[in-house]
Amino acid sequence: MNNGFESKIVAFCCHYCAFAAADLAGVLRLKYPPDLRIIRLPCTGKLDTLFLLKAFEKGADGVLVAGCLEGSCHFISGNLRAKKRVLAVKNLLERLGIEKERLEFFNLSSAQGERFAQIAREMTERIAKLGPLRSSGRCPYDRG
Amino acid sequence: MESNLQRALEAKRFAITAECGPPKSADRKVIEEKAQLLKDWVDSVNVTDNQTAVTRMSSLAACTILKSLNLDPVFQLTCRDRNRIALQSDILGAHALGIRNILCLTGDHHSAGNHPQAKGVFDLDSVHLIETVRKMRDEGLFLSGDKLEGERPMVFIGAVENPFALPYEFRALRLKKKIEAGAQFIQTQIVYNIARFREFMARAGDLGLLDRVYILAGVSPIKTPGAAKYMRDNVPGMDVPNEIVARMESAGKGLEDKKARAQAWRQEGIRICVEIVQQLREIQGVAGVHIMAIEWEEAVPEIVTQAGLKAP
Amino acid sequence: MIVADQKPIEEILEILAPYKRVLFLGCQSCVAVCMAGGEKEVGLLAAAVRLARAKSGAPIEIAEGAAKRQCDDEFNEPFGPVIQQQEAVLSLACGVGVNKLAERFAIPILPALNTRFFGKVERQGIWKEVCAGCGDCILHLTGGICPIARCAKNLLNGPCGGVRADGTCEVKRDWPCAWVQIIQRLEELGQLERLLSTRMAAKDWSSDRHGGPRRRVREDMLLEA
Repeated sequence: MNNGFESKIVAFCCHYCAFAAADLAGVLRLKYPPDLRIIRLPCTGKLDTLFLLKAFEKGADGVLVAGCLEGSCHFISGNLRAKKRVLAVKNLLERLGIEKERLEFFNLSSAQGERFAQIAREMTERIAKLGPLRSSGRCPYDRG
Repeated sequence: MESNLQRALEAKRFAITAECGPPKSADRKVIEEKAQLLKDWVDSVNVTDNQTAVTRMSSLAACTILKSLNLDPVFQLTCRDRNRIALQSDILGAHALGIRNILCLTGDHHSAGNHPQAKGVFDLDSVHLIETVRKMRDEGLFLSGDKLEGERPMVFIGAVENPFALPYEFRALRLKKKIEAGAQFIQTQIVYNIARFREFMARAGDLGLLDRVYILAGVSPIKTPGAAKYMRDNVPGMDVPNEIVARMESAGKGLEDKKARAQAWRQEGIRICVEIVQQLREIQGVAGVHIMAIEWEEAVPEIVTQAGLKAP
Repeated sequence: MIVADQKPIEEILEILAPYKRVLFLGCQSCVAVCMAGGEKEVGLLAAAVRLARAKSGAPIEIAEGAAKRQCDDEFNEPFGPVIQQQEAVLSLACGVGVNKLAERFAIPILPALNTRFFGKVERQGIWKEVCAGCGDCILHLTGGICPIARCAKNLLNGPCGGVRADGTCEVKRDWPCAWVQIIQRLEELGQLERLLSTRMAAKDWSSDRHGGPRRRVREDMLLEA
């Protein structure tokens, strides 16, 4: 399934939904690939477009952003704003010659442990198909 | 006095002017053919200046062709494409070529034309242009105060006004500004909404303007219900009441044959135009009509005869 | 404020193509406020360019910085040592900043922005032109609304006949007619009579850039005698 490499996927997760769902997936002992690095945000509204670019720059092969179901944002519209930012960066990636599918936005609730595991599997499969973002070796400018 | 239009207006004859749009080519025959269609029916013929900002043969050149065929051209001059140097130069040239009427306009913006990339000029506005022509003619001075040397451009000065654009109460006041700047005749936007036009004329009357200027009301025959709807919905500054659209629509109803339907529409368009002309004649201060039969010059003789303005 | 747009990323990549070591220098003044060339945008653009260049196999080394105001030498001076080590500078300032860097440093200074206009914030994410910098202000006559900047035809005796039924301009559909606004405003101020009774004279454009490049001198502020 991993196409010969273990991908790095950064998952920006909202504290109120996706992060709790990830926790639930763990409690339920659901299996999902280990490629994800989860970063908790107080709300996906906090998501800065620079976080997304920096994640790719620092070596991520894929990035996902997971926020609350539409209409259920703890801060009313943070998830909607985040979605717009993700769309803008997808468009920019495409223009930079990078597959926009490497970035995705998901909506889920804190009760959806299984959905979280499924998102992790789906994204890992997708990135495996696309292959590593950099074809070989260490990124020349990656000092970290 | 060499302006035929001025002569007709000063003799208190109900004046008729028409419009001749120059071609998108260098073909003088187009102008000659339009001249043939119009010459026996109108006092003067306006030549548009790259109307709707689409590049066409020069207005001044087309005016000269009309003049050579013994028509009295009205040279439409816009501020869109010329700065004050070019405008004044064309005013001098127009007189030298025998042109005796100039209509001063700001001009349609080029963003909707066929060269939206152009650098718009708009050095002067229409009010400044009117004043410039008057100053050259009456004082022998250029706009800057520099003196003309010798013959002055002896032209009849025209302007336009649109009674159908916001703010309505302000339109007669703007007309006043143009008259004070030197406008002697006014050609208005096309009238379809007679009620609103009456209000405009009443306001102009209240301001004492009707004795100071000749107002020619704009009219235009409609070819199809689609054209009526387009003007109603999409042309800023046009006011086409729903009744007129409805009349155009019902004129073609039940006619399957395309030719017959087109013919019925055209007849109705001319009929509406004639009715408007007849109503306009009754309004105090209307000194004539300006018939804008755009690319349909054949309609002009019909409108003129049916409205009883001239015997066939 | 001066309002600018970032150039399309494709154009920026093309401009940068010959260079491998570049300083991206933003400006924390107008272009930071209008979200085109501040510190934030420097970070975003640098990340984007690094990604594209790494992907295309022609990596680039980018130094990042933002001057307090790129139109003043003193704020650019601290970047001098960094600039010495670069092949070029990509300036995210308005055109003034680009010109300023170019006269001070002997390496290519490249523009990342298209400088647009003097504008105001309409609301978050929208800016509108309201001053044309014509050099001969008449706002005291027009109720604080500039017909030179806000009327597509620069009319001084408007409005033209192209006002739409909803009061917007025939040229720009979502732009209210400046002259309709001026008339309303003067009416509110009780100053409409003045507008009605006077014709505004033709404008002297020699103070505008039509009179050639402009220069301002304040004799009393000159340091030399």
